[in-house]
Amino acid sequence: MLSIKNLHAAVAGNEILKGIDLEVKAGQVHAIMGPNGSGKSTLAAVLAGREEFEVTRGTVSFAGKDLLGLAPEERAREGLFLAFQYPVEIPGVNSSYFLRTALNEIRQHRGLEKVSAMEFLKIIREKLQLVEMDEKFLKRSVNEGFSGGEKKRNEILQMATLEPRLAVLDETDSGLDIDALKIVANGVNKLRSKDNAFIVVTHYQRLLNYIIPDFVHVLYQGKIVKSGDKELALHLEDYGYDWIKEENSRSERW
Amino acid sequence: MVTTGSKKKIVGLKGGEMKRQLSTEREWYSQLFTEFERSLNGESKTPLHAIRKEAIDWFSDHGFPTMRQEEWRFTNVSAIGEIDFKTGIPKVEDIAPTDLSPYVINNDYNRLVFVDGCFFAGLSRTENLPDGVTVKSLQEAMLTDQEVIQKNLTKHAKIDENGFVALNTAFFKDGAFIHVSKNSLYEQPIHLIYLMTEKSKESVVFPRNLIVAEQNSQISFIENYISLSDTLYFMNPVTEVVAGENAVVHHYKIQQDSLNAFHTSLMQVYQERSSNYTSHNYAFGGSIVRNDIKTMLDGEGIECTLNGLYLARGTQLIDNHSVIEHAKPHCNSRELYKGILDNQARAVFSGKIQVFPDAQKTDAIQSNQNLILSEEATVDTKPQLEIYADDVKCTHGGTVGQINKDGIFYLRARGISADMAKNLMIQAFAGEVTDRLKGESLKEHIVTFVLSQLADGHLKIMHLP
Ligand SMILES: Nc1ncnc2c1ncn2[C@@H]1O[C@H](COP(=O)(O)OP(=O)(O)OP(=O)(O)O)[C@@H](O)[C@H]1O
Ligand SMILES: [Mg+2]
Repeated sequence: MLSIKNLHAAVAGNEILKGIDLEVKAGQVHAIMGPNGSGKSTLAAVLAGREEFEVTRGTVSFAGKDLLGLAPEERAREGLFLAFQYPVEIPGVNSSYFLRTALNEIRQHRGLEKVSAMEFLKIIREKLQLVEMDEKFLKRSVNEGFSGGEKKRNEILQMATLEPRLAVLDETDSGLDIDALKIVANGVNKLRSKDNAFIVVTHYQRLLNYIIPDFVHVLYQGKIVKSGDKELALHLEDYGYDWIKEENSRSERW
Repeated sequence: MVTTGSKKKIVGLKGGEMKRQLSTEREWYSQLFTEFERSLNGESKTPLHAIRKEAIDWFSDHGFPTMRQEEWRFTNVSAIGEIDFKTGIPKVEDIAPTDLSPYVINNDYNRLVFVDGCFFAGLSRTENLPDGVTVKSLQEAMLTDQEVIQKNLTKHAKIDENGFVALNTAFFKDGAFIHVSKNSLYEQPIHLIYLMTEKSKESVVFPRNLIVAEQNSQISFIENYISLSDTLYFMNPVTEVVAGENAVVHHYKIQQDSLNAFHTSLMQVYQERSSNYTSHNYAFGGSIVRNDIKTMLDGEGIECTLNGLYLARGTQLIDNHSVIEHAKPHCNSRELYKGILDNQARAVFSGKIQVFPDAQKTDAIQSNQNLILSEEATVDTKPQLEIYADDVKCTHGGTVGQINKDGIFYLRARGISADMAKNLMIQAFAGEVTDRLKGESLKEHIVTFVLSQLADGHLKIMHLP
């Protein structure tokens, strides 16, 4: 589904991603961990098409298409979804209108009929239940005045509504209490199927008790320096990243 | 006073010491006034005529404002003085209702229609008005409602405000008259349409409106300036509004003049105890636009709300100047003006809040926000607080910014196209002002117009329907 080969990306002249290779197949969940500033959000942003980041080398194919050649909205319509680490507040843009417009753009791209306001309400009510959000959120402006936890749940609500093929969750679990964490995990697990895939960026092994990953990767200084299964996350929980940093500085010296 | 000679600038001496530019516009309008006087029969003995003479004399001495004056620092109106605008446009025989229909906000609204400055009874409609609510042309009212006229007309808008007000006072012939007597109320807005045809080329019109809401009354009206062509004309209205004790006044202004026209206006508001005045000022057309809105809060417990939205594109200049005078304690004023600018357009905002020594417990909030869609558009925003009382709450702020890039990316990351994302953001920006409109059809009319002006995250260049 997603194939990243030797991806290099820079922002403001600084190379941040220094050769990423990653294969994600339908039905899989990949967790990406790594210390602060290692490039996790940069990878997510490059996949979603953020223009500030310049891809200097490498290729990314997604569902058979050259992902890097597509505009951000085209990537979304192809089925890529990014749950933002810091969801943006957009005053004056109504949440319900926004999400229905997004859904219809994606449906149109897939050759499906647009949904009316009434049909949308039916769909969204069910999704709201899934993330335990009140209907009154729909009347508010996108993310405006939402608490941290509400913003994260709103990302999951959007994901559940837009039904992406590949969802990249950037620290959707950070700052959540255990109840909210379970809601987020439940949202992902409900959507999980053999046809879609997830990349879950997290600092905390805790989330992976609820979303069981098939693979865990460690991103460090712009590279995936270690890959394993869920045991790797447990190991990182106990021993931190120092041993990874050490291994790498040793390999650099050699 | 030089009234003859070449049309180019003449340097004269006055008072033996000060060297002044006697600009041509002073001669031109003085000359027009002489002709105007000749055309009046009988009126020249009335008190109003004395005021007109005072006005033209003031204009002869001062002319149009210049950029040397503090309140005109950013707004160069010299182009208005460079054209010899004519008065007395040949009367239009007929206006097809289809010409008017795109502008009819709601067929049920009563309306007064003025075509090239002249009242058009055939297109107007004043039906089912409750007792105590009078809606008619000012010309008619000057014959029938002399008491209200004498008490108010020219009593609030001062001749020495600026040359434009002086000119209007010297020359006005007609406009709208609305009077609401004590305890009467009428909720549906009265639509005042000032329609300019292509015959108005290089002509000036001076609409003069008087709206008086007596004690405990309520009224709502829409001043709507419209052009059927892209002609260059000069629209110079003055509107005096009186909100009596405990009266409620909703004042809408939708300015959709030709993009080549000049529009200079004064809205002078006088508020008495516990009255509630709300202005919604929408500026869309015109090449040079200057709106002065002044409210005098002359009683306790007054509410005054000024909302404004301007769209400026091409080389348009739109200037909104407001002055809110808090003369008495316990009054609230709220002001929100927002502007969207594209191309090389310019906007000026000046909001002055004056709190007199007496006006304790004043609560005033003012904000001006601008959204810029191009590299070359510019804004001068200048909030001014003049506070002479100590127990007051006043805040103000001015911002100039571009569309939030993070917001655009967020919308695009959900599948919404770049153009649509930008339009949504612009719409959202304007929405904060349009959300304050009362009345579904009025709101829909204005919102639809604003939306029709957006394309690909920019303002469309043409805007006449
Ligand atoms: N817009 C930007 N301009 C300049 N530098 C940037 C920009 N965005 C990110 N960086 C830098 O790129 C590096 C990687 O940042 P990134 O946000 O991808 O890290 P991360 O792994 O997501 O960290 P965290 O765990 O703290 O979220 C950091 O050094 C950061 O300062
Ligand atoms: Mg990050």
